[in-house]
Amino acid sequence: MIKKILINDASEAFCKKVNELSGETVSRCDQCGTCTGSCPMIIEMDITPSQMMRLVLLGDESVMETKTIWICASCYSCTARCPRGLDASKVAEALRQIKLRQAIDYMHMEDMDPEELKKFPQMVLVAAYRKLTG
Amino acid sequence: MRIGVYICHCGGNIADVVDVKKICETVQQQDDIIFTKDLEHTCSEEGQQTIVNDIKENNLDRVVIAACSPLFHEKTFMKLLEKAGLNPYMFEMANIREQCSWCHPSKGNATRKAEDLVNMAVKKSKFDKPLQKTSMTIGKRVLVVGGGIAGIQASLDLGDSGFEVFMVEKEPSIGGKMAKLSKTFPTEDCATCIIGPKLTDVATHPNIHLYTYTEIKDIQGFLGNFTVTLRKKARHVIQEKCVSCGICAEKCPTKVPDEFNEGLSERKAIYIHSPIAVPRKYIIDEENCRQLNGQRCGICEKVCVQGAIDYLQPDEEEVLKIDTIIIATGYDTFQPELKAVYGYGKFENVITALQLERIIATGSSGPPLRPLGNRIAFIQCVGSRDEQAGHEHCSRICCMYATKLAQLVKRINPNREVYIFYTDLRAYGKGFEEYYKRAQNAGIKFIRGRTAEILEDPKTKKLFMRVEDTLSRQMIEGEFDVVVLSNGLMPAKGTDPVANLLKLVKSPDGFLQEAHPKFRPVDTLVDGVFIAGCAQGPKDIPDTVSQASAAAARAIRLMNKGQYDIEPITAFIDPDLCDGCEKCIPACPIKAIQMIDGKAFVQGALCKGCGLCCAYCPKEAIDLAYYTKNQIMGEIELALSSKKPDETRILIFADNTCAYRLADNVGTARLSYPHETRVIRLPSCSRITPSMMLYAFAKGADGLFFGECDHKASPYTGASEAIQRNIRIAHSIMEPIGVDGNRIYFAELLASLLTDYYKAITNLIKIAKKEARPLTDEIRQQLLSSSKQVLSEEKEVIR
Repeated sequence: MIKKILINDASEAFCKKVNELSGETVSRCDQCGTCTGSCPMIIEMDITPSQMMRLVLLGDESVMETKTIWICASCYSCTARCPRGLDASKVAEALRQIKLRQAIDYMHMEDMDPEELKKFPQMVLVAAYRKLTG
Repeated sequence: MRIGVYICHCGGNIADVVDVKKICETVQQQDDIIFTKDLEHTCSEEGQQTIVNDIKENNLDRVVIAACSPLFHEKTFMKLLEKAGLNPYMFEMANIREQCSWCHPSKGNATRKAEDLVNMAVKKSKFDKPLQKTSMTIGKRVLVVGGGIAGIQASLDLGDSGFEVFMVEKEPSIGGKMAKLSKTFPTEDCATCIIGPKLTDVATHPNIHLYTYTEIKDIQGFLGNFTVTLRKKARHVIQEKCVSCGICAEKCPTKVPDEFNEGLSERKAIYIHSPIAVPRKYIIDEENCRQLNGQRCGICEKVCVQGAIDYLQPDEEEVLKIDTIIIATGYDTFQPELKAVYGYGKFENVITALQLERIIATGSSGPPLRPLGNRIAFIQCVGSRDEQAGHEHCSRICCMYATKLAQLVKRINPNREVYIFYTDLRAYGKGFEEYYKRAQNAGIKFIRGRTAEILEDPKTKKLFMRVEDTLSRQMIEGEFDVVVLSNGLMPAKGTDPVANLLKLVKSPDGFLQEAHPKFRPVDTLVDGVFIAGCAQGPKDIPDTVSQASAAAARAIRLMNKGQYDIEPITAFIDPDLCDGCEKCIPACPIKAIQMIDGKAFVQGALCKGCGLCCAYCPKEAIDLAYYTKNQIMGEIELALSSKKPDETRILIFADNTCAYRLADNVGTARLSYPHETRVIRLPSCSRITPSMMLYAFAKGADGLFFGECDHKASPYTGASEAIQRNIRIAHSIMEPIGVDGNRIYFAELLASLLTDYYKAITNLIKIAKKEARPLTDEIRQQLLSSSKQVLSEEKEVIR
């Protein structure tokens, strides 16, 4: 099914916000795909890094629901090779930040089985809490 | 002195706002004024006739016209003066339309400002001296640097028009890059077949002197009087004796990579540059010849029946007298090794587009230089449009040459699959889009995505490429037999020595900068020096040829008359004051000042008349004609003499190219700005010395505004830096006395930025009125005395 992307005040504000948070100017992206070709995590991603840049430019907030922004390992391969000198990993980080600042709790400690909790290493819990709670 | 003053009504454009009659009365009070007249339309047939008659009847020696902008009608009136038998430089204009009636709606204020402007012009005219346009003779000898298609076309055009051409090429043969190509896009003409006859034409042309394997060692002088020193490198084969039989090369034991075939084949140390070389003579490669490197060999000498070999032949120098110069030094291709992710030089199946050209070009006359395999990929934008590689520019021709090469390799073997990986496909030229379509019809696969990296299978030597298809948003991993790098066009290293000798300016991309991107695309800022072809920027063959013909035409335009006029507005030196300190010599950005017998001397033909040097002379021995020290000081004084005690007044120094035009444009747009401003027009604000700045404050100015052309658009190099230096010197003196440094404002302007002008002026007035410490009479007195000392102190501050 083809999705409709609306261009309106909200979409423009979203793009501006990502630009501000990341310090990048996504409109400079040439859409050449060098970032995608360089990305070691690409096989795990649902959209390509260049597609992420595109969606930010269009102001489509659904980009925050993609796996890609969480899979990005911030290895900066894309940054090192971008012919426009852009930093896609910073844009991914900005998107993660926006998502985290929405402060939505996806997991609750009290719902979890205390026995099960004991099985997880502490680092896993810290990471999960960072990602899944506000 | 007998001065006639005219005030123009300009219909109602001026007279509706400015009280013309009142100005006539006030101005009449100045000395030496024979009459003041107001005219309805000064520029009309009738108005012009009145002026001519007046000049003759009243025996006037100076004319002042207060009317529109001098940028509009100065030339008209100067011609008029000439017609009436007066020197055209005995003339001043006061701009009371664009810079007065159109921008100050209040009648009283506009009239007061107009009075000042007319008084300033009258004062300036009193120091006017007759200036003569000097005529310099110019010959018909042209130096063409570079023997590629640009240089060839320019030389043939010039030669055919009867001019004497000296063509210099650093390689042993002319022909340049075009001689290496297989076919040309989009018509697929055989490159060798179309350039070959032109090479012969050059070699046999009676008006063209060909210097191959020659470098330029030195260039001195100016338009019509260049002295060029050439270094003819030793060929070690006597040209006149060699019959190019080729026995020497057959017997030579040393093999080296053949540059003409881009290293894909080998040649001998004694060799002929290419199959279509002109001149068709052998040459010994000094670097690789055994005999010349101390080893025993001497085989070629033994086998040459003509006795043409001369191991001891020295480099020779030749000095030429030249009138104009055309730079056609072409381009270098991007060094693909620098883009390490593509593995050129490491992986044997990664080749460059120019190598592929040679493979195809030599393909019909023997076995291929190397196999090409069945699946071929082209990577576009290698080195261009890539900030990582340090080159932002688009090389313009790669899309089309890849489209051409792809079709050619496919045609040789239709079973081949050819892919072109591009970012944007640019088919901008005549027939290009159709050619692109032909390639698509032929089954060439265009894939939108930039290759991130190439990997090689060490066993099979096949290449793997990782690239995103940005249209389907999928990752592609392809296996290819050969990958062709469409490497971009870069500024030629060979351009630098010539560009440095002539002090040519480069644009940010590293190519040579033209004098004006729209209207002077083949001129440079150095008179008599032109550019053609890729030395100016990447372009295809038709564009290069057009530009070469244009450069030839521009050169002919200067030389055809046999003489040219030099604008008399140049710097001049008072030999009595000059003590030979030589400070002005490094100051001049175009090196127009020389020392002759211990005194500085301005070379009139070189001087562009910016006046920058004046502020660097500790003895005030340099002055600028038509903008002399006395004239500027006079204008400053008159601009401030009518100021009332409670008034604020800003002096605007405006350069003629941008700021003055901007001030005009603001008026034309009827934008109103503070009337407390008086504009002084200059070729460049760098003419204003620190002592003039202090003098202006001493005489009552509350703020100084320097508007100079943006350095990218300015005809004068180094002007902005010089102004800032002068302001620093003024600051160092005025601030200790208690004058706020913010009272001097400097801006680089463009003639179109109307609001910038308004904002800057309003802001400066605000500072002068409210924010800065008030200027008392005592401070102004101190400034006056220090303005006289500045000159001696300048010597220290310059350091």
